[in-house]
Order: sequence, then C-alpha cells, then structure tokens
Amino acid sequence: MARRILIDPVTRIEGHAKISIYLDDEGNVSDAQFHVVEFRGFEKFCEGRPFTELPSITPRICGICPVSHLLASAKAGDAIMAVAIPPAADKLRRLMNLGQIVQSHALSFFHLSAPDFLLGWDTPPPRRNVLGLIAANPDLARAGIRLRQFGQEIIEVLGGKKIHPAWAVPGGVRSPLTEDGRAKIRAWLPEAGATARTALDLFKQVLKKHGRETQIFGNFPSLFLGLVGPDGEWEHHGGKLRFTDSSGSIIADQLEARSFKDFIGEAVLAASYLKAPYYKPLGYPDGMYRVGPLARLNVCSHIGTPKADAELKAFKKLGRGAVTSSFLYHYARLIEIIACVERVEVLLDDPDLLSEDLRADAGINQLEGVGVSEAPRGTLFHHYQVDRNGVIRKMNLIIATGQNNLAMNQTVAQIARHYVRGNDIPEAMLNRVEHGIRCYDPCLSCSTHAAGQMPLHVRLVAPDGTVVREVTRS
Amino acid sequence: MAAKTLTIDGKEVSAAEGATILEAASDAGITLPTLCHLEGVYDVGACRMCLVEIAGTPKLLPACTTQVSEGMNVTTTSERLQQYRKMILELLFAERNHVCAVCVANGHCELQTLAYRQGMDHVRYDYCFPKWDVDITHPLYGMDHNRCILCTRCVRVCWHIEGAGTKNVAGRGAKAQIITDLFQPWGESDTCTNCGKCVMSCPTGALFYRGATVGEMERDRSKLEFIVTAREKKQWIP
Repeated sequence: MARRILIDPVTRIEGHAKISIYLDDEGNVSDAQFHVVEFRGFEKFCEGRPFTELPSITPRICGICPVSHLLASAKAGDAIMAVAIPPAADKLRRLMNLGQIVQSHALSFFHLSAPDFLLGWDTPPPRRNVLGLIAANPDLARAGIRLRQFGQEIIEVLGGKKIHPAWAVPGGVRSPLTEDGRAKIRAWLPEAGATARTALDLFKQVLKKHGRETQIFGNFPSLFLGLVGPDGEWEHHGGKLRFTDSSGSIIADQLEARSFKDFIGEAVLAASYLKAPYYKPLGYPDGMYRVGPLARLNVCSHIGTPKADAELKAFKKLGRGAVTSSFLYHYARLIEIIACVERVEVLLDDPDLLSEDLRADAGINQLEGVGVSEAPRGTLFHHYQVDRNGVIRKMNLIIATGQNNLAMNQTVAQIARHYVRGNDIPEAMLNRVEHGIRCYDPCLSCSTHAAGQMPLHVRLVAPDGTVVREVTRS
Repeated sequence: MAAKTLTIDGKEVSAAEGATILEAASDAGITLPTLCHLEGVYDVGACRMCLVEIAGTPKLLPACTTQVSEGMNVTTTSERLQQYRKMILELLFAERNHVCAVCVANGHCELQTLAYRQGMDHVRYDYCFPKWDVDITHPLYGMDHNRCILCTRCVRVCWHIEGAGTKNVAGRGAKAQIITDLFQPWGESDTCTNCGKCVMSCPTGALFYRGATVGEMERDRSKLEFIVTAREKKQWIP
C-alpha cells in the first residue's frame, strides 16, 4: 500500500517546514514535496503605509537577512522617486550588502550545514549541530562564528545595529562611514580572508569524499538567474538580470528589474505557502530556475577580484557549461565570501564612503517601483505600487527561497529516490533529504510574506489509495 | 492674587490662586507623568496620566485641570496611582496600532518613554487593531491616525498659537479622530498655513515630516514656548 514519509519539522533552516515523500506500492519514491507551513502576510498589511516606511517595515520579515530587504526596499523607493542616488550612498549600500552576504553565508556554512558533512551524516542528531562542531573542531567553529561577526560588524558600523538597522532610505542612506568605522572593518580583513580560505580548502577536501552527494543532491538541469554587471561581471546590488541555462548559454541578458513581470511568472502551490516563480517564456514548471550563490557564479563570467576569480575558474570546471549540483551551493557560498572580503577591501579605500552627500530628495514621480538586490540566498525583488501621495496600494515580493522552490522539490525527490527503498528508512537518509534542502539555505520567514486566499486542494483517499473525490479551489 | 498653601507628597508648598496642582507640583520640583499637557497651551485633562489623590475626595483628579485650594493634601505617587497610570498606558497601546520598532518617533516618543518609566512590560488587554488611514496628502507633513492618542495638542496649538483652526476632533469614543478643516484631506485644507506647529507638538509619531523614517522625528518644543512667551509677556527669549 502507498505510504507517506513525513519529516516534520525540518531542522537547521531559517523557518518552519515539512517534507512529504510519497511511496508507491512497491515502496519506491513516487513523489516528494517540500511544504512551507509559515504564513506571514506582509504584502497585505503594508498596504496603506507610506512607501518611505517600507525600508523599515519589510526588513522585519527576517532577522537573518534584514539588510537584503532594507536595500531592495530602498531601491524600490528610489524608483518611485525616480532619482539616481548619490554615488557615495550607492557605495555604502554595497558595503553593507557585502557584510550581509558574508554573515549569512558564514551562518549557513558553519552553523547550519557543515555539521552534516564535517561530523558525518550518521552522527546522532544531538551532536550533529554547531555545538558538536565546536566540540570536534573548536578552532574552526570559533573562526566561523567570528567570520559571521565580521559581516555583522560591517552592518553595525554603518547602520548602528546588527539587526534591522534603519539606515537605507528611498533616495540614499542616512549616515556615512566614519574613520573609526573604516579602521574597525579594515582590522578584521586579514582574519576574515584567512577563515574564508580555510573553509574553502576544507570544503574542497570534503568534496573529494562526497562524489555521491554531488551527484544526487539536486543535480539536474535548470535555468539560473542572477544580477550581472555590464560586462557579465558578478554583481550583488547594481547591474541587470541574466538568465543562463544548464549548458552555460545565456538565454536572456541585461534584463531590467522593472520589467520582471515579462520574464517571471509566479505559480501558487496547493501544498505550501511558498509560491513557485518560473521563467515565463518556458512556462510552468519547465521554466524552473535557481537563484543564490550557485546561480550567481553560473551566470557571471568573472568576479573581478583576483582570489575569487582564481576560485571561480576552478569551480566552473565542475560542470559542463553550468555547475548543476545543488550540493555545490556550499562551494559557491565560500567563493562568494572570498569575493566579498576582497571587495570590502577595495571599497574601503574609496574616499566617497566618508561623504556627507548621501540622500536624494524628491517627491512621487512614478507610481510604480521595482527594487532588486542580491540577497545571500538569491535575487530579491520588491515591487510597489503607490498612489499620488506615496501610499502603498499594492506590493509584491519575490524572494530567493521562493524562486528555488521548484528546484528544492526536485532535489528532495532525487535524494529520496536514491536512499528510500521500501520500508527501510534510516536516520541518515532523513538527514540527507533535509540537507538537500539546506543546500539552498532556504529562508522561509522571508519567502512566505504573502496574504490572501490560499488555493485549497482537498482529496478524499480510500484505504487502497484511490482518490474518491477531489475538490480544488483556486 | 492670594497665595494658597497646600501639601504635595508631604511637602508644604504655596501656589497662586487659580494655579493647577500640576503647576504647583512642578514649581516644587515634583514631576508628574503627562501626555496631553503642553507648555504654552491650556490643559484639557484628556489623557488622565497626571491623576492624583486628594485627601477627602474618593475619586482621582487630573492635576493639570484641578486648581489648588487652601489646605489641600495631594498625593502624586501611590500604588493605586501607579496601577491606574499603567492601565491607562496599556489601554492607549491597545486602542490603536503602536508599533515602536518601525515608528518615526521611536526613541523620541513621549508615549514610549512613559511606558518604559511606568514599567509597562506587557498589555493585559486585547489589541483592537483598528483600521486607520495615513494622510500624507500634505506636501510637507503626514498624519498617521494609527499612532494618535487623541491628546489634542495639535488642535490646541493650531487654534491658540497659530490661530488657524485647521485641526479639529470629529467622532465619538473609539471613532474619534483628528480631522483637518471639515474632514478633508490635509493637502486640500484651505486654512492650514503649513506652519508645522502641530507636528512639533505631537507626543507620538502620529504627526511627522513627510519622508521621515524610523526614529527620525525629533521635536523642538522650545519654539512653541518662545512664541507664547513673546506674545504674552512681550519677551523674545530664544
């Protein structure tokens, strides 16, 4: 008889979720689903608020990547005011985003994911966590925690606090970098660079013993989306959008964020609060694409800093065209940390960072604005529609984790197919399925911000597994 | 004018006839919590934060609108008063949508400061979560009714310092709200002189400069007192 294996809750991710694995009569995996069970409602309750307030309200979606929402929201505000922000403000926003990417990537790697492959898949769960990592390798764990602190300090130096700084605003930012702040960040650089290097070298060793994981943890063709600079360079805050396919070919390039609706559609799933965006020209679900570190390294031609570029070259050799295994998200994440540390170093020498000209002032010049920025987990879109006075009438957020939704489902199914045979369900298999999700470092708090009527799918299933009655409301 | 002698918190004080208990206490160096009181305009006793106990009177009376009398024995701090003040604050927070973390007045808000001072660590009442609009039709200022506590400071400064009479109160009970002229969007007001005194007087984040973000609203009330002193005493003391 058909069975369902339920993993609830999925641990060591940001938020709450469960996974269902459906088995057929022979005990083979027929299907798998990643359900996000949180519900937030931000898109609804922000209606009626002045758009100038959204860079302070939307970061409350998440405590891990508030800066990503802060910046995307401020950019959407810039678009509504139709201003080009002062160059110093743009550079400062970039500096904060680099700090954000480092701190979130360090959290994902050291605290959430590394315990699995460094301590061993079969280590009992009570020890397979960051505390277990501290016990097994205190130096590495401490360095990882401090690497996260480095990213957090950049955020604090600029915004006044590590979490939810009210700093970026429509038109620019509220305060510059100080000389003291600059010295503080600079003092961290050697250590941060060294830790990133250690972690990357370590992961390369790990990779040698994880050929199987690389093969089955979400290894399939898909499209990739990310921001790139004018010459295809790795981007995280400015630039335009690029889609590539799994052969590495560019299928759409230099797309403007403001016309995202032309190329991104959003499917609503019955079994999850998480929407499933897709590349519109290919339709749903064929237009499945991935975002985040793996996608950013796949879509860019180069990074623009020496150490990261050398690593990118080696990384790109892992795939034919594009690197398609989601297990390598970890690898990409570590290369991005190196890139961020290098870029922070370059940026710090810029005299503009101490400028006092930081905030453009303007009224409402466009009734619609889209802000896009690369969050650690992938491309983040904030789309606002306002009335003549700047009061939000409609709001839509497209979050990185949502854009990875289809790929996450496919990853779970792929892993389950390899490990599940009949009634034998070892703990290590369950954790491998969970880890498949962790590769994407999903942030469910962020991705379930929507409100409104949920599509309802009710099935009456007879004991023999046949569907007696089916009602769908969409 | 005859002086009155009274006792406030066991301290003998004297005050001019017609003075309020709040004024007498203030002169004696005793600070009472207030929200609707604003130097320069008359008091209305709206917020009830300055309630005091007066010997021989079973009910609590607002210090800002109760005049001193000879031999009066006033207590400004007691467990009973603390309980009521805390309750009043909790009711204010429950009545509208006060979200300090994302408010323009965060860190500079009288309501927030009082809640900290009075030890309001939670709200015992169900939040009402009413639906109120934000009026940002004015080119310079905005009014967020979600954060309004109906202290009517803005109405009083508009009528009695600026003299424009733009701000008013409409409605009753929970539906009462500050309006502009005859209940029209602020930006369409014929009487508003854009002076900004109402914004300066607001104790919370209800009135703000357009475009202000979290914690950016700091008020300069000294200008209001400066105008009143200049007008009434012919003294221009900045």
